[in-house]
Order: sequence, then structure tokens, then C-alpha cells
Amino acid sequence: MGLWFSLFTVVILVLLVFMGVGVVGLNSLFGILIPYAALLIFLVGVVYRVGKWTKAPVPFRIPTTCGQQKSHPWIKANNFESPSNTFGVLVRMALEVLLFRSLFRNTRAELRADGPRVVYGGTKWLWLAGLAFHWSFLLILIRHLRFFTEPIPFFVNLVASMDGLFEIGVPTLYVTDIIILLAVTYLFLRRVVIPQIRYISLAADYFPLFLILGVALSGVLMRHFYKVDIYKVKELATGLFSFHPLVPEGIGLAFYIHLFLVSTLLAYFPFSKLMHMGGVFLSPTRNLANNNRMRRHVNPWNYPVKVHTYEEYEDEFREKMKAVGLPVEKE
Amino acid sequence: MSEDLSNVPKPDELMRIDHKPPRKGWMDVPVDFKPGTYSYTAKAKNLKILGMPNPREWSPTDEDWKLPENWEEIVREGFKDRLDKYRSFQLFMDICVRCGACADKCHFFIGSGDPKNMPVLRAELMRSVYRKEFTTSGKIFGKLAGARELTVDVIKEWFYYFYQCTECRRCSVFCPYGIDTAEITMMGRELLHLLGCGINWAMEPVANCFRTGNHLGIQPHGFKDTLEFFADDIEDLTGIKINVPLNKKGAEILFVVPSGDYFGDPGTYTCMGYMMLFHELGLNYTWSTYASEGGNFGLFTSHEMIKRLNAKIYAEAKRLGVKWILGGECGHMWRVMHQYMDTMNGPADFLEVPTSPITGTRFENAKSTKMVHITEFTSDLMKHNKLRLDPGRNDNLIVTYHDSCNPARAMGLIEEPRYVIRNVCNHFHEMPENTIKEQTFCCGGGAGLGNDENMEMRLRGGFPRGNAVRYVQEKYGVNRLACVCAIDRATLVPVCDYWAPGVAVTGVHEMVANALLMKGEKERTTNLRGEPLPGKEEVEDE
Ligand code: HEM
Ligand code: SF4
Ligand code: SF4
Repeated sequence: MGLWFSLFTVVILVLLVFMGVGVVGLNSLFGILIPYAALLIFLVGVVYRVGKWTKAPVPFRIPTTCGQQKSHPWIKANNFESPSNTFGVLVRMALEVLLFRSLFRNTRAELRADGPRVVYGGTKWLWLAGLAFHWSFLLILIRHLRFFTEPIPFFVNLVASMDGLFEIGVPTLYVTDIIILLAVTYLFLRRVVIPQIRYISLAADYFPLFLILGVALSGVLMRHFYKVDIYKVKELATGLFSFHPLVPEGIGLAFYIHLFLVSTLLAYFPFSKLMHMGGVFLSPTRNLANNNRMRRHVNPWNYPVKVHTYEEYEDEFREKMKAVGLPVEKE
Repeated sequence: MSEDLSNVPKPDELMRIDHKPPRKGWMDVPVDFKPGTYSYTAKAKNLKILGMPNPREWSPTDEDWKLPENWEEIVREGFKDRLDKYRSFQLFMDICVRCGACADKCHFFIGSGDPKNMPVLRAELMRSVYRKEFTTSGKIFGKLAGARELTVDVIKEWFYYFYQCTECRRCSVFCPYGIDTAEITMMGRELLHLLGCGINWAMEPVANCFRTGNHLGIQPHGFKDTLEFFADDIEDLTGIKINVPLNKKGAEILFVVPSGDYFGDPGTYTCMGYMMLFHELGLNYTWSTYASEGGNFGLFTSHEMIKRLNAKIYAEAKRLGVKWILGGECGHMWRVMHQYMDTMNGPADFLEVPTSPITGTRFENAKSTKMVHITEFTSDLMKHNKLRLDPGRNDNLIVTYHDSCNPARAMGLIEEPRYVIRNVCNHFHEMPENTIKEQTFCCGGGAGLGNDENMEMRLRGGFPRGNAVRYVQEKYGVNRLACVCAIDRATLVPVCDYWAPGVAVTGVHEMVANALLMKGEKERTTNLRGEPLPGKEEVEDE
């Protein structure tokens, strides 16, 4: 159900642009108002969500340790998997965010009838596809900066020229475009094909995949097939960012589709699981040091509780304790 | 302690399971309380001792669970309260992408095939209610957004599956965001307790511990008797008379163990092991009858209960005027001591930084909490050659080591016990790497689930562990499974009997004591369990 609903929604979104821009000609709505609104929702929403998380206290220091603790000087501590200081935590987080360290551990358990027994195979496909998807997404985002900036920063050009290294076709085919399409397709297929993943998948899992696929496809189509006027696009983009918005005539429908899907992604972002981008940095099982016994962690809402004191205990058992010669406080 | 396994189907029958989920969506599959897969409910008397809500007699199979009148409101408010108090909970409700990396990491899913035992779905049991109650999209789109109404059936499902999670944190190791389903289970159990829905195997120990100081309800004179009984056994074995310091003011060290160590075999041998070691060192230490439990089933109940039970440790250390605290072999106890005690009941500024009186080593890693793990202590002794050891006395043992979940994944205690083991036995073999260290598999009976009525589910959950044990049994002839956990010493026994018959379970300090050459000891002919020592078999036969 979630799958079809999500697909249907993305199709509707595309049709909306056909209607709105192609038929009715609401160019400034789709070119200016909606992008602005989406960006606003994105910024306010993300700040609100992250604010809500950071407002919630971290009462206990609960890192999941994935390596040897620091104890004796002669036992080699694993400061990246069980960090005992800030440097170790930073490395652990960097490995997690940049390389998806934990996902790299992934295994697959398989039940065999002989025995019966269970074996564990390494499986790196999710890690690979996830990494490929996210990195190409990031690089594509960086490449896009050339539409918003003048002069174009050197690293944007650098990324663009490396990305187009193979110089296939005119305009040059970007490697990240191919990778993101393949990776997202894989991520989608595994959701449908692997029975357990299909079982847990919600509309909220299919929708971002279709949306991102829509964004990437419309981008590729616009670049290579339904050519749009790049100079006019840049005019629109710089206009938006300098708060002097204008809508040049004759950009092409493909662009509006692309822009509208991106706007939807932005507006949807804060309300969705895509917020894992912010959340990954805040996860208490990863971003805290395993130095629990070295430095006291303070719980801001630590409150007194009802305990059973030694006095109460001795009051109940005093005679029995005395009878066997255990020392007591009160005779 | 050998449990009756006759009610459980044979292994190949038990494992005739399918990891493929059913066609029907999980929200439409009602919970089925099948005998052998759930724990009996908490008795009213235990809840009353603790002042916990809605004490009553009931069973999960009852149609009417006798929930409080306004139970929905209680759950809603309890939920909200915890979202506001725990960033972990709020975050883990929000950021799961359902990538499924955690799905087949749970021993209960591997052993049962029940999709709701996939950590991600276990969490969704709660997340679905969260969406309905606390998110706009959940309120508008309902089921489409993965949201569902809070109903009595949901509560029943929570009860079943949050008591089918041993809070082992294995899933958290593999999750790209570190989402810890154990944390979610802890919250789920807290909410259930607000309605008076707990299990007796957890709540009876908690109630006992609150009143008598230990889970088993052993009173001070009984505790003294038990330890003196061990001292007699030790004298029979070694000819050495060991004294048992109890509630001794002015001792240097307070020693705290899980009560399982002095209650049943094979834990008792480990307990004797500690006593022999400390005697040999001439350690100025004391046991306490009031703090006669290091374990803390509060961890399986609620954060508040952890604190209520744990308070006695520092209180007793202060009363007795010791300098620091040493803790025995226990798994969940060490999660509490390492991650919660100082925060909840500290600061322990009346204690000193732990320093070994034998080697002079300052335990800098425990300088705030002031509590040291026994294998940290013993490995330091061994490193400084302070013990005379004859590992040959353990030559009849071919040993493998089970990392208990909490020391491995909440502490990082990995090499210390291995160092100790290598010093006291000559035949040590690791299990496959996906089943040890941070990837270790649970015994299947932690977090209060180690009761007899739940035996089928325990054996299912114990399957990955038992399977790894059998692997080294077949490959290296392993006959002894060592661990540093009192729950393990009880629960791994049936797991081994069922999945790897012929492998017995031992604590690490049992092996230490067997290898320990004590001053003035007579010639030993058996080890602590009365098995003939290697080379002494004939002597036994005569
Ligand atoms: C700090 C930045 C981020 C990190 C560390 C991160 C990490 C991850 C990881 C580890 C996964 C699980 C594996 C996978 O399915 O690929 C994932 C899933 C996903 N991420 Fe991100 N992410 C980040 C930012 C983003 C952004 C900006 C987007 C898009 C707008 C995004 C979209 C997705 C999607 C759609 C999935 C689910 C893929 C699926 O359905 O299988 N992520 N992310
Ligand atoms: S591994 Fe983490 S993000 Fe992935 S499904 Fe499990 S809990 Fe969710
Ligand atoms: S904490 Fe352990 S038992 Fe609980 S869901 Fe995770 S892997 Fe399973």
C-alpha cells in the first residue's frame, strides 16, 4: 500500500507542474513562491526538530561500546570504537557520518537445516549503496552551487570537473548522476525484494526514494534530453538568492518539474525520517565517551527516590544478626 | 542446576522456522501467548512491597487485564514524560530509516523467526503509537504513516515483545545511528509498570533486594552461613582455613557480587574462587549483608528502580568506611555500576581512587566511580606476577569464552577476562568472530527472562550462542564455557545442555582458584567441583 501510495503521490506532483506551469502558466508560483516557502519550511522545521532534540536532556552516559575500554596501560584500548576522550569520540563520529562505520559491520544470518545451525555472511551491499547514494547526493549538491554563485568557488568547479572526468557525451555525463540513479534504484529494489525489509517498509520509506529518484531523473533528462536554457536558470537562481526574484521567460517545463520536486523534498524533510541527518550527530550511544568511571556524568533531573536504608534493614534483622555474631550499629 | 528440558521439542523441530514474514501486515497479526514463550506476571505482594501501581493477580492469557480505569491517559502521559526526559528516546522514535540492518542481529529473531522480534519492528510497536499520539502526520494519515491507535491489544503486544528482549544491545552495534532497542524496551517496560504489568521473575528479585539486600531474599544470618559453608568446602579441598570478613568496619575494600554467585552451582565455585584469591593475597576486604547484591533487576524494571536498589552500594561503603569497591563477575550489574551508579547515587567523594594494595596500581579508569571489576583487579595481579599459578591444574578443561552482553557492549571489558583465562588454563579457543566481543550473542535469558516457564523462548534466543559453542566443541573439543556473569552461569547451562550437550559452564575465578598455588595448601586431588585433577584420576578411583 505504502509503495503505490508513494509512487502515485510523486506522479501527481509531476502532473501538478504540467497543469500549473504548462497549462495555466503559474510560472512565478512554481518558480518563486513555492521554492521560497519550501526553503522556509525546511529551515524552520530543521531548527525546530533539532531544537526539540537538544532540549531533551541526556540523563545518562550510555555509549554502545564496540571495542576494548581504556583500563590498564598495557592493554591496548580501542579509542575509536570505545572512545575514552573527545578526540576518540570525534573520530568515531566522523567514521560514522562519513563512512557509515556501523553499517559496514553488517552481516546476514542464515539458518541451515543440518544441525540445525546458523551462519553469518558478510554483506556490504547496503553499506556500498548507501554510501554511494549519499556521497553522490552531496557532490551533486556541491555542483549545483555554480547556479547560485558568481564567481563560482574553486571547489565547485573542481568537483564538477572531476565528476565529468570521463568526458562522455555533450554535455558531459556526470559520474555521480549515474551512481545516484543506480544506488537509489538498488535501495528501492531491496525494499521490495527482501521480504523482511518489505514487511517493515512504510509509505514514509518509499516516498523519499521515489522523490529523490524523481529529482535525479528530471535533472538528467533536463541536462541531456529536454535541454533547458542554463543561463536563464542561473538568472532565476541568483534572483532567488539575492531576494530579487524574477522569472525569465521560456526556461522549459522540465526545469519546473525538477524545481518542484526539490521544493517538495525540502518541505518534506523536517517532518520525515530524513531528519536522520541531524539525528546521527546527537545519538547518545555514539557521541558520548566511554569514560563513565573516570568522569561523573550529571543528570539534570536526578531526583531523590525511596530507598531502604541500612537502619531500616538492621531494625528488621537486628536480633538475627546479633545471634550469629554480626556487628550491629544499635545494640 | 539442571532444568527440565523434556517439554521442549527437539532442536531440529524447534528450528523448523521461517524467517520470511507472513503476508498479513504486522499490525493485523494479534499477539499469541503461547506457553513456553512468556513469563508469569508479577505477584501483587511484590508490587505492594515496592509501592508500585495496580497490584493484582492476573495472567497474560486473561481476556481482561484489569488495567487501571484511565490507563490510556497514564500511558500517554508516561510516554510524553519520557520523551521530554530522555534525548535517546525522543531521537530513537524519530530517526529510524527502517534500513533493516538490525533485523537479523537479534538472537530472538534468529531463533524464533517472529518478525516482531526484529529490533526494528520491536521498536515500531512503540513508534506506531508515538506517531499517532505525538506527530501531525501520524494523526492525519494514520496507518499509512505507520501510526496506530493505542488499544488494549497494543499493551498486550508490548508486554509480550518487551519481555522477549533481553536488552542486550547487539542491535545497537549494527545500527547506523546507534539506535538502541534496549533503551526502547526499557521505556516500554516502564510504561507497562505504570499499569501494573510486570513479570514476577523480575519483580520478586526486586522486592527481595529492596528488603533483604539481595535478589534471593537471603537474610543476614543465611548469608553468613552460606559463606562459612564455602569456607569449609575450601578447607576440605586445600587444608586452608579461610576467614570470612562480614560487615567489617574499616576494611579497605568493599566486595560486592551478584547473589547468583553464592546461591547455586556453578556460580558458587566462582564465589569460592574469590574467597581463595583474597585469602591468598591477605586482602583487607569485607562482604556486606546489606549490600549483598551487586546485580540489579531494577535495570529490567525502570530507571527509578535501578537507583532505588543501587543506592545501598555507596551507602554501605560509606557506613563501613572502606576506601573503594571491588565488584565480582556479573553482566548487567556492570552496566549499572559503569553507566548509572555514579550519575544516580554519586558523587562518591568519600572514597579514594582505587589502588591495588598488592601491586600499587592506581585504577585511573575508575577514579570517579571508585569501583573496579574483578578481572581488572586480577589481570593486574597477574601482569605483576603476584600470583603463583599452575594452569596445568585446568588441563582437563578445553575452554572458550562467552562475552556477556553488558560488559562487552556497555563497558568494553574484552581483553581483561581473556588475559586472566590465558594465565590459568592452557587450552583456550575463541568462538567465531561474529559471535564474540562487541558482536557477542546473549544467553537468551537476561533481563528477567531466565525463568522456567519461558524455557522455549530462552532456548530459541540461546540458539546463536549455543550454535557457536557447538562449533568450537566440534572443532576443538571444547568442554567448558567460561563467562563473567551470574545470569549466564544459570542460563547458559540449559542452553549448552540443549544446543551443545557436554559443555559445562564456569566462572573465570573458578578457574583462577583451581590454578592458584596457595601458601600451605595440601596436595589437591580435585578441582573445586570435585572433578579429579589431571594426573590424579587414579587417586580418585581408589
Ligand atoms: C550527515 C548526513 C547523513 C548521514 C550520515 C546519512 C546516513 C544514512 C545512513 C547510514 C542510511 C542507511 C543506509 C542507507 O539506506 O543508505 C541512510 C538512509 C537514507 N538517507 Fe541518509 N544520511 C545523511 C543525510 C541524508 C540526506 C541529506 C538525505 C536526502 C535528502 C538522505 C536520504 C536518505 C534516504 C532516502 C535514506 C533511506 C534509503 C533507503 O530507503 O534504503 N540522507 N542515511
Ligand atoms: S538499523 Fe537502525 S535505522 Fe536501520 S532499521 Fe534498525 S533501528 Fe532503524
Ligand atoms: S537489545 Fe538484544 S534482545 Fe533486544 S532487540 Fe536488540 S538484539 Fe534483540
